[in-house]
Amino acid sequence: MDFTIQNQKDTRSGFGEGLLEAGRRNPKVVAFCADLTPSVKMGDFAKEFPERFFQTGIAEANMIDMAAGMALSGFVPFTGTFAAFSTGRVYDQIRQCVAYSNKNVKIAASHAGVTLGEDGATHQILEDIGLMKMLPNMTVVVPCDFNQTKNATIAAAEYDGPVYLRFGRPKVPNFTPVDEKFVIGKAQLLQEGTDVTIFACGHLVWKAVLALPILKMMGINAELINIHTIKPLDVEAVLKSVRKTCCVVTAEEHQRNGGLGDSIAQVLALHQPCPMEMVAIDDVFGQSGTPDELLKFFHLDTPDIVEAVKKVVARKQ
Amino acid sequence: MTINELERTATQVRRDIIRMVHGCQSGHPGGSLGATDIVTALYFDQMDIDPARFRMDGDGEDMFFLSNGHISPMLYSIMARRGYFPVSELATFRRLGTRLQGHPTPMEGLPGIRIASGSLGQGLSVAVGAAQAKRLNGDKHLVFVLMGDGEQEEGQIWEAAMYAPAKGVDNLVAIIDYNKKQIDGSTDDVMNLGDLRAKYESFGWNVIEVSGNNMQAVVNTLKFVRENAFQGKPQLILAHTVMGKGVDFMENNHKWHGSAPNDEQAASALSQLEETLGDY
Repeated sequence: MDFTIQNQKDTRSGFGEGLLEAGRRNPKVVAFCADLTPSVKMGDFAKEFPERFFQTGIAEANMIDMAAGMALSGFVPFTGTFAAFSTGRVYDQIRQCVAYSNKNVKIAASHAGVTLGEDGATHQILEDIGLMKMLPNMTVVVPCDFNQTKNATIAAAEYDGPVYLRFGRPKVPNFTPVDEKFVIGKAQLLQEGTDVTIFACGHLVWKAVLALPILKMMGINAELINIHTIKPLDVEAVLKSVRKTCCVVTAEEHQRNGGLGDSIAQVLALHQPCPMEMVAIDDVFGQSGTPDELLKFFHLDTPDIVEAVKKVVARKQ
Repeated sequence: MTINELERTATQVRRDIIRMVHGCQSGHPGGSLGATDIVTALYFDQMDIDPARFRMDGDGEDMFFLSNGHISPMLYSIMARRGYFPVSELATFRRLGTRLQGHPTPMEGLPGIRIASGSLGQGLSVAVGAAQAKRLNGDKHLVFVLMGDGEQEEGQIWEAAMYAPAKGVDNLVAIIDYNKKQIDGSTDDVMNLGDLRAKYESFGWNVIEVSGNNMQAVVNTLKFVRENAFQGKPQLILAHTVMGKGVDFMENNHKWHGSAPNDEQAASALSQLEETLGDY
């Protein structure tokens, strides 16, 4: 993979472009938004397809269930609000009418994780991956940059079934190929290596990319895999890598409990036990600050990934 | 169907409800018996539907959603009697492996069920979504949703109640099964609902009240709402019903919200309900 930074863009804008493109490709794509149209970047879709855009007001429960009702007739509804209000606030609606009823609703969740920044813990959901992956029928997608979020949004629109699509607020390095087809459930090998496997998702993928040259200087040849689909997990890709490297670090902007690391640990415990370290939020809530400050404060930054790798490689020996 | 035929059908549905709930010793007979007349009128007379060719999308036909999913025995009986699935399947209600789950779900493949319900307060939103889909499709059919009165205590109801008139969803007919009872007692005691009519009217709905166990009145009301659809506003039918209607010892008694009759009680109930169409 070429790690050249094409530009700095927010993943939410990738969603906005992807939604517009999905809407152009399929007249059945519709969008609901709970009074956050500019924030979640649904404005372009609303402008081009006003008859297919539904402003729900600040009423997320109603939004989710209306989307489920509309999905009955073959429409492909996207719901848009912050991740905090896309999951915990509407868990029962998603559980009953989307997941259990298996309706083709796409839950587009912006501003996930601590990189939401200054708004603080009420808005920085760190439990959403766990909440969503526990639901049968639910697919959980966490793309890593602008291009990938755009392509994941198009893929979600084409996929038949409930999808939770998680993305974020800040501008981050955009490095994945512009029009790379996004395959739901297929892990993305970013760097081959032999000594350790780093599994990362979302904003932490780039933080892991930055760790690669540092590790190389230490003589550690790390493999980096972007697990952009938490569920269904690409178990085959995980095992293939781990059988080679025999130790693992996971990195995510989410609670340890219920997140990516938790999913990987389950695979390892069942199939290929080996040393593992987790870079994740350790059972606390977030707080106000800038995204960069918060990633440092909560030990989700490149140096933390490097430290975790050193530790796990030592444990292997 | 004539009023008499509808009434005789409703009587058989009530027998089915008692026998189903008695058969598995669980379920919700009270609300089921009270809402039987209005849903019978919908399925056997007033909705344009095609049970033999059930389609999930509901395109080109009227759609019905049961928001208070716990009164599933009523819906299952009516759907079976209407031809969605074999009447004999009613005997499987709430038993392991059944398509007739305790609360309705599409996941077991039962024809006629489009979405799960049971966790209360969600059906109105689903119906609004389905109604908007019909508007997008240019489909001039109606979407009906039945809710409980206790269910009006759920906050989400009022999100949907605000949305539908604000967006002019005028192909939607909501019905409240207004029996004034819920699990813990009368709605007045548990949570005074206040003036439901005034509340919905202030939100922008057209509200029609009806004696919900009077078949002629119910049919007239359903005809009225169809004639008054597509005029800019959603419509609400406030159906005054009697919980446990048709079985003297269950009528107006909230204890029959979610309890099954024993053998003696079931026999007594069935003796009050003529077998008009043949038991399953």
